Amino acid sequence: MAIMNMVQSINSALDIKLGEDNKILSFGEDAGVEGGVFRVTEGLYQKYGEKRVFDTPLAESGIIGTAVGMCVSGLRPVAEIQFSGFVYPGFDQIISHVSRMHNRSRGKYRMSMVIRMPYGGGIKAIEHHSESMEALFAHIPGLKVVIPSTPYDAKGLLISAIEDNDPVVFMEPKRMYRAIKQEVPEDKYTIPLGKAKVVHQGTDITVVSFGALMKESIAAVEIAKQAGISVELIDLRTISPIDRETVAASICKTGRLLSVTEGPTSFGVGAEMITLANEEAFLYLEAPPTRLAGFDTIVPLPKGEHLYFHSPERIFYEIKKLAEY
Amino acid sequence: MFKKYDPLKGEMLEIMDKKGKITNKEMMPELDDEKVIDAYKLIHYSRMVDLKAVSYQRQGRMYTYPPNLGQEAAAVGVSTVMRDIDWLVPAYRELGAYLTKGATPKDIYLYWGGHEDGSRFPGAPNLLPIAVPIATQLLHAVGIAHGLKYQEKEGVVFACIGDGGTSEGDFHEAMNFAAVWKVPVVFLCQNNQYAISLPTKKQTAVDCIAVKAVAYGMPGIRVDGNDFFSCYAAAKAAHDHAQSGNGPVFIEALTYRRGAHTTADDPSKYRSKEEEQAWEDKDPAIRLKQYLMDKKLWSDEQEEELLEKYNKEVERQFLEFENYPKYKLEDVFQYMYTEMPSHLVKQKQKYEEFLAWKESQ
Repeated sequence: MAIMNMVQSINSALDIKLGEDNKILSFGEDAGVEGGVFRVTEGLYQKYGEKRVFDTPLAESGIIGTAVGMCVSGLRPVAEIQFSGFVYPGFDQIISHVSRMHNRSRGKYRMSMVIRMPYGGGIKAIEHHSESMEALFAHIPGLKVVIPSTPYDAKGLLISAIEDNDPVVFMEPKRMYRAIKQEVPEDKYTIPLGKAKVVHQGTDITVVSFGALMKESIAAVEIAKQAGISVELIDLRTISPIDRETVAASICKTGRLLSVTEGPTSFGVGAEMITLANEEAFLYLEAPPTRLAGFDTIVPLPKGEHLYFHSPERIFYEIKKLAEY
Repeated sequence: MFKKYDPLKGEMLEIMDKKGKITNKEMMPELDDEKVIDAYKLIHYSRMVDLKAVSYQRQGRMYTYPPNLGQEAAAVGVSTVMRDIDWLVPAYRELGAYLTKGATPKDIYLYWGGHEDGSRFPGAPNLLPIAVPIATQLLHAVGIAHGLKYQEKEGVVFACIGDGGTSEGDFHEAMNFAAVWKVPVVFLCQNNQYAISLPTKKQTAVDCIAVKAVAYGMPGIRVDGNDFFSCYAAAKAAHDHAQSGNGPVFIEALTYRRGAHTTADDPSKYRSKEEEQAWEDKDPAIRLKQYLMDKKLWSDEQEEELLEKYNKEVERQFLEFENYPKYKLEDVFQYMYTEMPSHLVKQKQKYEEFLAWKESQ
């Protein structure tokens, strides 16, 4: 077992899949020779050659649109978008074709691709480099949206995403890229898509989160424990489709739900969690299902970003209010 | 050919004039008479499917439809070049080429008649569905060509677009990617001079769209898009260029949409009767017929017989469309993912419960 951070574990997943299947190609802006601006694809160009791992012109619609054509011709592209804040020129391709071609062609053309992108804030970055817009993708029928929170999960989930026959938007929490290291098997393993993970068992309240906020949520669980509140913490892992069963079972057990997300509050994943609580656990609820999400504002530039992102204390504050409801 | 007909010098490849006379013998492609007759037949076959679609739409038996009338030569020129291993990535006004690739009139009617099964094209493995968002499909063509090149498979991808589509960002990205990657794509731009109501001069500041190819580093050529021979000759040269590993080519076929943009459009709002008449005189079917008649390869009797045959065949296919199995709830859900996820199973079940309740009332 090796010790890896998330950059290394994602690299390991790509390495394993590129080695296994020559229908898999990895490409994006600066994702070839240089190995990507975060070095996630480092060494892969050198190992697999320019035909398998390459730099593209600077054009997101071009990257995703050509990936659609590659899928039609039988390949399994893994496209990298340099930052999620730059994906918008490629949105037309994602909505109009990636998510629809399989349905449009009545199953004739599978869009077996992964679109990887770093997302989320907290690294004191320039404008357009801090947003968590997972809800935009999760709202599109035909896509799957996966977000890992740890190096171990990132590798297993990415391998599953690459092997999945449907298109997967794989969002990588960039503030976790090098934030923690853990033991990660060097060999291949998979983590199923569409399955959430109960990270911490508890009885008083269910907290559901994903991505970089899992770290703050775990810290909040510890604070809550000191305060005598037993929290069940769930990492969604897959944002779409949501593992309704795992979340519902937990809410039925605890009677309380707090959804913790980073993207804008309105119409976000938190709204979906609250709906889920209503639909699946209404008679078990002991407090109003609640969401802690980002403000419905633009994420502030570095001088103001501490006001936007949730600290463990902020999450604990909401846990406490709900526990005492 | 591409050097000789330099778009920067305003050149346009013209081989046959509007009277069906070969005025440019040097560029006249070598084609068996049989092939020319087949091309002429295909113009009529696609025209039969097309005119009937407009008529069925007016009768309320189909939905909105974009007619091809008057601009069949480019699609038929490409059709005559395409091999089974070549791909066609359509926009939505290249009917003759879809039919050549293996789509049936029934497929066409299914699609414009409002059923997704009309995009399945079971008889056409290398034909993509019609692309409604303008110019987005060009990138798919480049991706397919990249896949062919990577897998060392033979084949050329024909990517279709209109004059309006050249203003879209994806046009630029596709032209650029294709040239940088040096992949076997032939871009076919049917410049029918209007994007719905907008004339080409308000679409682009250049007189000749083919010049745009120059800046991407690929050959571009403008051809008389109502002359089958010019369209064929350019498509053949482009196909040879691309298949030989020299990268993409851009063809602008200058033509005219004689009908409306779609059955929901009224061209009298934006163009004159005189203009329409002038282009009717250059109709590709009339020209090619004159050529064949002059060579004693075709007669009015043959034409009458052919049209009668096509009429019956196309009507039969339309009835197949009209008798197609009813749309089922399953059809809404089953192709969203390769396996139906539980939330969709649940949504479908809820609707079935409603249907059962409604039935019981």
